[in-house]
Amino acid sequence: MTQLSTSTMSVARAIATKDLRIEWRSKVLVNQVLPFAGIVMVLFAFALDNDGILQRVAPGLVWLAVLFSSLIVVQRTFAIEAADNALDAIKVAGVSPAGVFLGKSVALVVQLLLFECVLVLLSLVLYQVHLSWGGAVLLVTVSFLANIGIAAMGALYGGLGAAAKGRETLLPLLLLPAVARGLIAATRATESAFGVGGATLGEGWPWVALLAVFGALFGFGGTLAFGVLTEE
Amino acid sequence: MNSIHPFPSPADTPTGTRASRGLGVVVFLSMVFLTLLGLFFTDEDVVQGSTVRLMYIHVPTAWVAYLAFIVTAVASAMFMWGKQHSLTFDRIAGASAEVGVIFMGLSLVTGSLWGRLTWGTYWQWDPRLTTTAFLFVTYVGYLAVRDLGGSHQQRAKRSAVVALLAVLEIPLVHFSVVLWRSLHQKASVLRPNGDVTMDGLMLFTLLFGVAVFTLLFAWMVLHRQRVLKLADAIDDGGLEAALQERRNEMN
Amino acid sequence: MSSVDEAVRLRNAVVLLGSFPALAEASLVVKKGEIALISGANGAGKTTLLRLCAGLVPLARGEATVLGFDLATQRREAQAHVGLLGHANGLYIDLTAQENLQFWGAVVGASTQEIALSAKRMGLHTRLLGTTVAKMSAGQRRRTALAILIIRRASLWLLDEPHAGLDAAGRDEIDNILREATSAGATVIVASHELERAGALATRRIEVVGGAIVEHGAQ
Repeated sequence: MTQLSTSTMSVARAIATKDLRIEWRSKVLVNQVLPFAGIVMVLFAFALDNDGILQRVAPGLVWLAVLFSSLIVVQRTFAIEAADNALDAIKVAGVSPAGVFLGKSVALVVQLLLFECVLVLLSLVLYQVHLSWGGAVLLVTVSFLANIGIAAMGALYGGLGAAAKGRETLLPLLLLPAVARGLIAATRATESAFGVGGATLGEGWPWVALLAVFGALFGFGGTLAFGVLTEE
Repeated sequence: MNSIHPFPSPADTPTGTRASRGLGVVVFLSMVFLTLLGLFFTDEDVVQGSTVRLMYIHVPTAWVAYLAFIVTAVASAMFMWGKQHSLTFDRIAGASAEVGVIFMGLSLVTGSLWGRLTWGTYWQWDPRLTTTAFLFVTYVGYLAVRDLGGSHQQRAKRSAVVALLAVLEIPLVHFSVVLWRSLHQKASVLRPNGDVTMDGLMLFTLLFGVAVFTLLFAWMVLHRQRVLKLADAIDDGGLEAALQERRNEMN
Repeated sequence: MSSVDEAVRLRNAVVLLGSFPALAEASLVVKKGEIALISGANGAGKTTLLRLCAGLVPLARGEATVLGFDLATQRREAQAHVGLLGHANGLYIDLTAQENLQFWGAVVGASTQEIALSAKRMGLHTRLLGTTVAKMSAGQRRRTALAILIIRRASLWLLDEPHAGLDAAGRDEIDNILREATSAGATVIVASHELERAGALATRRIEVVGGAIVEHGAQ
């Protein structure tokens, strides 16, 4: 029988569209995880109980909420594979692991962008921060680049947790230090976008460069490493 | 479990060789000398008093911890890209990370104590301490990945990848934190800088400490990776016995 | 060296799960076009044998060749031609049957006609195709999973207890599908407890005991 082609790009595209379609159909992230993130934002306000402070630390709070939510989002993206053991089917098909990694990462980036949009809007309301048009452009860039790093690490370590059965608890321990690398940069850049603490827009862009480096490095590293980490 | 292959007793398989015992003696004697230097022969610091003596532990352990993680990364690389994919490199990587985590913990504790005695706070968000704490957690994660099970080759491959990704962190996180803290110039006495100007003997003690702790690190890793080798051999040795048992199921 | 008409050749294959030898020096030859039944007690190693042929577990010792590819060095190439249907079906619960088929079609680059044809061969009519997997019966899910094997153009079908959870009609369907697959050129290896039913289906019976193979010869 003639062989069909399973190029990395077609695999990545198929997986990314499949993941997003599943989310669109099941709305698990929208119905369950987004409210979780929202409640986290509210809880921050209860804990800190000071409007001035809240506004000052809003950028950090938004990204903390994103990071904690990302743990759940990553777990979800691999849970759909585990539900009926589709992960084995993908492995048996012998498709390029780099394609699987890229597909999963792209879907994660999109889903995380959705989160950030909502959380930023929430912070405008709850923490009374302001966003100029310039700040919005900065924020979108920051979110996109930070997501690449988070998604790459999430896909990598989530895949490791899924492949090594029964070790899903490993994910937070591995993932949080990995994505916290970008936390400093993302938060500082967001401070500039919101204009809190006297930070100007110009000060934010160097952090964007740092995030781009993180994203490129871990995107590239993850693509290479995914196959090794998930094979048996 | 099996009477077919009784495993050798510890007395039969020591992890010491002539060379490593020699090294051990050197380390021991040097440690004694270092202790004398650190506690008795060197003077107190003009500003910090006796608390400066903590530096003689803090600085070497921090240095050794970073060295350990670089060794882990290099050994991981040699495992991945060496022609034979020798498990010895994997075991060296694992042993080095274990020792590194211990030393890193020591460094953090001594640094924290020193900070409390000198500046009045247990913690400072300066680049060094922050990066160190970060790495501590990352390498705890690395050790957890080594424990995931599976064959020795799987363990080696997985942890090699994690180690290589982790070592990239060191410059990146350090740079991030430096950039971060440079924005927060606190013009106060609490300058987060652990360096002190030292006189001749103190400086010598410090550097001597670094050398001694490096030798200690080498000695510990040497023994630990031999223990790991024995542990792996037990796993492999059990295979023949297990195969025999499995075959006996047929009868 | 394996000959061209062999689908699977194992020689003293050892597969470890942790430190336990699930397959302990198993030797086996399955020729192309055969339907081989693998029987054996639970824990004997049937599932591991299938997973080895699917390239999911590494070979600790011995030799294994699948469709001419050496599993030690050419796992990925072998996998392109092998399909495994385990206890689970490998489907996405929230998607419809059609979407599951389309996903696999996109992964392997199959055309729309091929997808439609595979659905037809498995008796997946239009209404069923539009149903989400969550709402399908066990038999319908099995047929969807088998349709995916066709889309992937697998020449070696590995099935682990394919009859489990199906009613009599469902089991008959599976049998017909498997017979049809071999007449279309595939080789089928079935692990099953259903000795009579699978016995009628198979051209060959193999028993796994203690991780090794005991032949029972051709039917």
